[in-house]
Amino acid sequence: MAILEIKHLSKYFGGVIAVEGFDLLLEKGRIEAIIGPNGAGKTTIFNLITGIYPPSEGEIFMNEHKLTGLQTYKISSLGISRTFQNIRLFPDNTVIDNVSTACHQQANYGILEGFIYSPRRIREEKEIRKHSLRLLEIAGLADRAQENARNLPYGHQRRLEIARALALNPKLLLLDEPAAGMNPEESRQLMVLIRDIKKEFNLTVLLIEHHMEVVMELSDYITVIDFGKTIAKGTPQEVQSNQKVIEAYLGIGE
Amino acid sequence: MTIYTQGILFLTSINLISVLGLSLLTGFTGSFCFGQAGFMAIGAYVSAMLAKFLSVPIPIALVCGSLAGGLISIPIGIPTLKLKGDYFAIATLGFAEAVRLVIENLQQFTGGSRGLPSIPTIKNPTGVVILGIIAFWLVRNYISSRHGRNCIAIREDEIAAQSIAINTNRYKIISFFINGLLAGLSGGLLAHYVGFIQPSMFGIPKSTELIIMVIFGGLHSVTGAMLAVIILTSLPELLRAAAVWRLVLYGAMVIFIMIVRPGGLVGSWELNWPSFEKLRGWINYHVIKKSQE
Repeated sequence: MAILEIKHLSKYFGGVIAVEGFDLLLEKGRIEAIIGPNGAGKTTIFNLITGIYPPSEGEIFMNEHKLTGLQTYKISSLGISRTFQNIRLFPDNTVIDNVSTACHQQANYGILEGFIYSPRRIREEKEIRKHSLRLLEIAGLADRAQENARNLPYGHQRRLEIARALALNPKLLLLDEPAAGMNPEESRQLMVLIRDIKKEFNLTVLLIEHHMEVVMELSDYITVIDFGKTIAKGTPQEVQSNQKVIEAYLGIGE
Repeated sequence: MTIYTQGILFLTSINLISVLGLSLLTGFTGSFCFGQAGFMAIGAYVSAMLAKFLSVPIPIALVCGSLAGGLISIPIGIPTLKLKGDYFAIATLGFAEAVRLVIENLQQFTGGSRGLPSIPTIKNPTGVVILGIIAFWLVRNYISSRHGRNCIAIREDEIAAQSIAINTNRYKIISFFINGLLAGLSGGLLAHYVGFIQPSMFGIPKSTELIIMVIFGGLHSVTGAMLAVIILTSLPELLRAAAVWRLVLYGAMVIFIMIVRPGGLVGSWELNWPSFEKLRGWINYHVIKKSQE
């Protein structure tokens, strides 16, 4: 069954075509990638899925539930969480609070209980702390829990974003260039992390990435876009040998 | 206790209640509000008029004033909180000026710009001080709750907050509402302390004074806001010896602190258990160990 279905999605910014006629059928439990040259419209697709922009045309469904028209927070509460290309953490918060903030499922106490320490609040806050620490351990950040997020090195910030995304207990994880700015060693560790969390949390992953070794190694299926249009689809092997893909990346030879 | 010290206690507590609301809204939720005096004016006039014309007991009048401040913030907040940064600040500034002008022109009820005299007064500051302490405790608890964390997430990065399923509009409205309640209460207390109110008491200078206190103490700390209120309310009194230079010195000291500590007096430090634990650890390490060596 398809967990995410995108039908003929388009987005125009004035006269600029960011995405045009994009289709995607994402099966549950898979890792798929969207690749393409800079400015191809990959991040725009993520922003359309998560409701940050309304699409100009087309529809998006998650488990047959229509997402288009919903607000961002609604979409994320349905089980889609994401990371950002240009890292959006809560920089002046501690590492653990970055994760705790997203642990909505561990706590349900109301606004009035926010003003007093009720037994329920104390119990649920303990639960949140435990869960956050566990996620930090998975991301390999447990020893830096009390530092401010802004003081983490770049690679760690990316991992923290993944830990925060996991705290929502998502069904679908959107990763926007998770390996950007990482050295080969760090991106190898990242691949291990993505595989681990996919298994442990029973995730489906949609990935945007420029590091080809990461894409080819991780993904079951790849969609290639250029100037907003889908130019190729297929398994890593198929895509690698596709003439249009080679032209988009390297240009057309004489 | 002399009437003079009582007066300082009154003013400190009244300012504290208003600044706590502003700290939650501006410091923790990240919506820069420049119209705090407008909400105070609504609380002050509602409470004062109820007590004066309808002989409502002061505590009930205060509750009504506080609710008026809170309730008006909802229709104001729903459209304006969608504005970003400076635009929201300007909208709240405009709101406060509008409130002041409406009060000035409703002469038959409010006494217009000549003010509203002989309001029933509170003589003893104890209750007001206790109210201030309770308000501090409640706001501090709120900020450390999951709701407070959601507010901080909005301040830090609104899009990221939405993408982890936080209803940012709802939390901004709640902060605005709590701020309205506290500002209304503070305004009411001011009316019943002074016994006389006029629209010019609730102009831009008052809003500025309150926002300075929040920034001076440290935008990311309610403890800092409280310290700032205590220092900045009593400072002009301590500087009385300087006569006409008083306000110049006041301004100079505020600027000095902001240069030395751009994050505010205490930065993001908070008075709570973990801080006590840290302090104890520090004392154990630096004082007790050293004396043993």
